Amino acid sequence: METITQQDLDVFRAETRAWLEANCPESIRQTPKSMEDVFWGGSNPHYKSEDQKRWFERMRDRGWTTPMWPKAYGGGGLSKQQNKVLLEEMTRLNCQTPLFSFGISMLGPALLKFGNEAQKKEHLTAISRGEVWWCQGYSEPGAGSDLAGLQTRAEDMGDHYLVSGQKVWTSYAENADMIFCLVRTNPDAKKHTGISFLLIDMQSEGVSTRPIRLISGKSVFCETFFDNVKVPKENLVGELNAGWSIAKYLLTHERSMIGGIGDVRKEKPLFQMAIDAVGLDNGKLDDPVLRADIARWMIDQEGLMWTIERTTDEAKAGQPIGAKSSFFKYYYTEQNKLKYELLMALNGTEAAIWGDTYDEGKLARDFCRTKGNSIEGGTSEIQLNIISKHILGLG
Amino acid sequence: MALIINEEQQMLKTSAAEFLKEKAPVAALRKLRDEKNQQGYDQALWQQMAEMGWASLVIPEQYGGLDFGYVGLGQLLEEMGRTLTASPMVSTGLVGAHAILLAGNAAQKERLLPAIGAGELIVTLAIDERRQHHPAKTTMSAVKQGNEYVLNGKKVFVLDGQVANQLIVVARTAGKAGDEAGLTMFLVDAQAQGIEIGHQQMMDSRNAATISFENVKAAEVLGQVDQGFEVLTQVLDIACIGISAEMLGTMCEAFERTVKYLKERKQFGVPIGSFQALQHRAALMYGEIEICKSMVIKALQAIDQNNPDLSRMASMTKAKIGETIRLVTNEAIQMFGGIGMTDDEEIGFFMKRARVAQVTFGDYNYHLDRYARLLGF
Repeated sequence: METITQQDLDVFRAETRAWLEANCPESIRQTPKSMEDVFWGGSNPHYKSEDQKRWFERMRDRGWTTPMWPKAYGGGGLSKQQNKVLLEEMTRLNCQTPLFSFGISMLGPALLKFGNEAQKKEHLTAISRGEVWWCQGYSEPGAGSDLAGLQTRAEDMGDHYLVSGQKVWTSYAENADMIFCLVRTNPDAKKHTGISFLLIDMQSEGVSTRPIRLISGKSVFCETFFDNVKVPKENLVGELNAGWSIAKYLLTHERSMIGGIGDVRKEKPLFQMAIDAVGLDNGKLDDPVLRADIARWMIDQEGLMWTIERTTDEAKAGQPIGAKSSFFKYYYTEQNKLKYELLMALNGTEAAIWGDTYDEGKLARDFCRTKGNSIEGGTSEIQLNIISKHILGLG
Repeated sequence: MALIINEEQQMLKTSAAEFLKEKAPVAALRKLRDEKNQQGYDQALWQQMAEMGWASLVIPEQYGGLDFGYVGLGQLLEEMGRTLTASPMVSTGLVGAHAILLAGNAAQKERLLPAIGAGELIVTLAIDERRQHHPAKTTMSAVKQGNEYVLNGKKVFVLDGQVANQLIVVARTAGKAGDEAGLTMFLVDAQAQGIEIGHQQMMDSRNAATISFENVKAAEVLGQVDQGFEVLTQVLDIACIGISAEMLGTMCEAFERTVKYLKERKQFGVPIGSFQALQHRAALMYGEIEICKSMVIKALQAIDQNNPDLSRMASMTKAKIGETIRLVTNEAIQMFGGIGMTDDEEIGFFMKRARVAQVTFGDYNYHLDRYARLLGF
């Protein structure tokens, strides 16, 4: 492995800074207001602005939509350290992420580890270039926490698979070009050993979607139906009936993403929002119970951030993270729910407004939405099961 | 700075763990208790610790110390917390030594620090006057008479006060209760006329004293007259972080013993650790302890780095560790069930030590309030 000296990194930092200064349009140097404002790519790309398009194309051409992926697959070929520098420099200018996709955050890492050369070449390149919008087909109506109980069938028809069944919670299925799916390929095997990982074109005959309305209102979630859908054999990732290990690997990725590792968004500290909303009395928040709750929340939040930092340092020193990502997923999502409880409390009657549009009743709706944090990506209870089994050894 | 300990610190931690396991396990504390030992700790053991440099670990080399840093000291305290080792490490090694180091003049440091490091001198802080820790509310009076001051009042919960050679007494030379200004620290000989020491055995089988002062003459000021609060705050911040490291060791040991018990104890024909009702509570404790570990090492590093935010970090650490050790030791008793209620089983000692450590240098409520105050809300 080639070693990068501090001097090399300093040079890289200077070059990166200069390039970002010159190439990141002014209008892109701000935190996006919502997920609607970010660029998702896909075969039918929708840009919010010319600047967004320009920024995406420039970053794509450098391979910086996927900075750490190999250059051969459209990535930037950066080392961990260089990537850290890039992220720091982007944060410094408050540059938006040029491309969001489940291809980058979820399918990509799985393909890098489990895909064959042809799959990597085709799909990773298209993901880096933002040409294909991917969605995820895991959960089913009868398979939530018990994901391995999934029933969507893929039958071997000789030259293709024939897929039938239903997926649920498929985010952005309506916009997606492709879906990566867990399907049952051996109904007679034990449930974990009869599952395969399959890539399916959403344009195929027999695929249909239906949006799901949530307690928070309109959502990106859909139901996706497969009615005798033909899928080419080369779309199988990894070995037949060995899809569960890919699924587990991906779930760990999803968890650490939900767990907030790498979340660098800045906002006003909670106590400051409380002062603005409730006011001070003699230098103390004019609600002693809320004051204690907020102090407690802030202490736990800072402790969580330090624990992420410590775990990262330990990983660098050679201690594997292992099932700890379950702890981060659990703690981060419970903290986020609690934060919204506190925001509801400090905004009082104003927090109760629903309104006609999402923006009018944003807090109330966001509050409702946070309730899903400890359900999606494995419920809090499942995370606690994993911690007690894999970390504490309780069986 | 990476949130991990270095090789030297790890070596100290490992050798301390071995030493304590052999010389000062929980059984040793039980023996001190059952013998109704008035000293409250094993003098010979304290001598050995001093010889190994434990009492002088963070004292600068010019005063005969090792200047090893606070992250290192934290490792020692954590290991002492695991074995519940009773010693003057907190009263003297942590608090007494720091008060002198931070507030003392050159002559005081030269006179006292080497003796503390050698394990020959017990110097403890007499600060609390009421049930609740609150330094600014000190009322004990110190009135100037010629070149001396005359002290009157009463101090409670003076750690190792029954065997101390020197007392660092916080008294009011100006202002009124509640004022931060007007506090002064005095170095007073524990044998001085007018001092009456009442020995108290505490819940954790360690010792503290209630000390009354009646017209006690004090000639030696530690630090500045009327301006003791600021340096006292520094001393207490370090004390809070140090005792948090000890409490971390105690909670980790209590938790590990509990998890081990969950695997061993069978009911209904299976280990009770196979029951989800207990698994989830154990997993929750695991997570809280992870948070505590990060806070303690971050806070210890903050002392070494002279972090200007030390007070806030000390309060958040003491608050969080206090709450978590309460959870972990209470749950330990519950999960040990009937056995946990017996004196024969050692787990009860952990809960008792937790209760005393929690109220030492301010409890959860005090530090949560202080944390918010320091942030301005």
